[in-house]
Amino acid sequence: MRFMMLVKHAESSGAPPKELMDAIAKLSEEAVKAGTMVASGGLAPTAASTRVRVSRGQITTTDGPFTEAKEIVGGIAIFDLKSKEEAVEGALRFMELHKKHWPGWEGETEIRQMYGPEDFGPKT
Amino acid sequence: MTATDTHRAIDAIWRIESAKIIAGLARIVRDVGLAEELAQDALVAALEQWPESGIPDNPGAWLMATAKHRAIDLFRRKKLLERKHEELGRELDAQQKMAVADFDSAIDDDIGDDLLRLVFVSCHPVLSTEARVALTLRLLGGLTTEEIARAFLVPEPTVAQRIVRAKRTLAEARVPFEVPRGDEVAARLSSVLEVIYLIFNEGYSATAGDDWMRPALCEDALRLGRILAELVPKEPEVHGLVALMEIQASRSGARIGPSGEPILLLDQDRSRWDQLLIRRGLAALQRAEELRGALGLYALQAAIAACHARARTPEETDWPRIAALYDALARGAPSPVVELNRAVAIAMAFGPAAGLELVDALTSEPSLKSYHLLPSVRGDFLFKLGRFAEAQAEFERAAALTRNAREHELLLGRARACARGSAPLEQR
Repeated sequence: MRFMMLVKHAESSGAPPKELMDAIAKLSEEAVKAGTMVASGGLAPTAASTRVRVSRGQITTTDGPFTEAKEIVGGIAIFDLKSKEEAVEGALRFMELHKKHWPGWEGETEIRQMYGPEDFGPKT
Repeated sequence: MTATDTHRAIDAIWRIESAKIIAGLARIVRDVGLAEELAQDALVAALEQWPESGIPDNPGAWLMATAKHRAIDLFRRKKLLERKHEELGRELDAQQKMAVADFDSAIDDDIGDDLLRLVFVSCHPVLSTEARVALTLRLLGGLTTEEIARAFLVPEPTVAQRIVRAKRTLAEARVPFEVPRGDEVAARLSSVLEVIYLIFNEGYSATAGDDWMRPALCEDALRLGRILAELVPKEPEVHGLVALMEIQASRSGARIGPSGEPILLLDQDRSRWDQLLIRRGLAALQRAEELRGALGLYALQAAIAACHARARTPEETDWPRIAALYDALARGAPSPVVELNRAVAIAMAFGPAAGLELVDALTSEPSLKSYHLLPSVRGDFLFKLGRFAEAQAEFERAAALTRNAREHELLLGRARACARGSAPLEQR
């Protein structure tokens, strides 16, 4: 089963402390060694981003930054896991690192299962 | 958190931590069966205590410490060799003196070595292949006996017995909890790769409508392969096997048709190929290539799969490269089936006459006598050369040899097209 983790937080959080980055790097390394990490990446600030929206028959393009947004997606990671509970456990450990090394930081990791071949194909 | 939630969380934690815990314990108690029992005892303790006390901050360390204390109790009660008790006692004393953080890092430093030892012991040649597969999935894959039984379509007691006997065999043969060295490495590693690929193929061969545990074996094998690649990054064939599995797995969304029928690679909808897995497979192949000049057998097969993976359409396939890779494969692992695949690649690259020459040399091959793909391939070459009467005979021969109804129909269709002397309306 494949899961995408979306890490969301206020854009104005500032730069994360080195201890947190080191701890996250170590956690990522463990996921690679466990054979579960498929891909991961940080997302550049919204100042460099663009949104293309369709609404009420109109398509509009808006460049960032999106200062009115309470939370933005700062990064994503994709894992191959046996169950959603494993994904939750992984996210818990990730957030524990934030709590420990960046007190006061607020944010959320959303866990979304990605559709796989088992979701398409013939039904039994 | 409800008790059920906690139990499910514990299951997940177990899957994440169990191999490392068993590996660490096995180094200390020198017995893989005992190590697993002790780890299971710790799991039982967790299931009893955590719903009340909450899940500890470092669940892996909690489980390991609990298991080690069980080991001490066990040795005290059984009054085993003084030496073992002392060793274990000393180890525990030393650890109790360390701060928790130090304890964790001490485990981390050794854990790679311990995991690798566990991999090699689980795949030890003294065990039958089935035993190696079951033990590996149990100790390293974290699968339950029931899950293994469902995946391999055998009764659960059979798997349970296999595992019990495997542990006993290892203990009786006094298989050391060690990583092989020197001359032994190549053969022992080959055994490990064989087990992993066997698991993968079992999953890959699952058909639509099978229990989900079966195709999930591909993921289990991939996970094991990736773990091994990180444990022995300098071994090119490990990366070769991982590359092969990543790329084969990338096609799982495209392999089955709407009514459950298998779809050949060249006919698959490539937009359903998983590009994330292809990218990983190509990266793994690159690691294999960078380590050593000549590609090993898994790497060669991966390189062939990579040629297909890189082609956005069947027409863009680099057939000359595939033919060259089959040449190398035929030299390294000659077999009639490899020769046949080589003939197909050569025909795609250089024309049907070239392919026919190779296939003609195979017609007297005894192991291919009942292999329907031989006359099927030969018929295809003859058809493309306009030798319709001969092609028809081959397709009819192939149809008679296959037991697959759909295949049978398709081959008869090709035979009929020969009689008409033109391409059939529905091409394969």
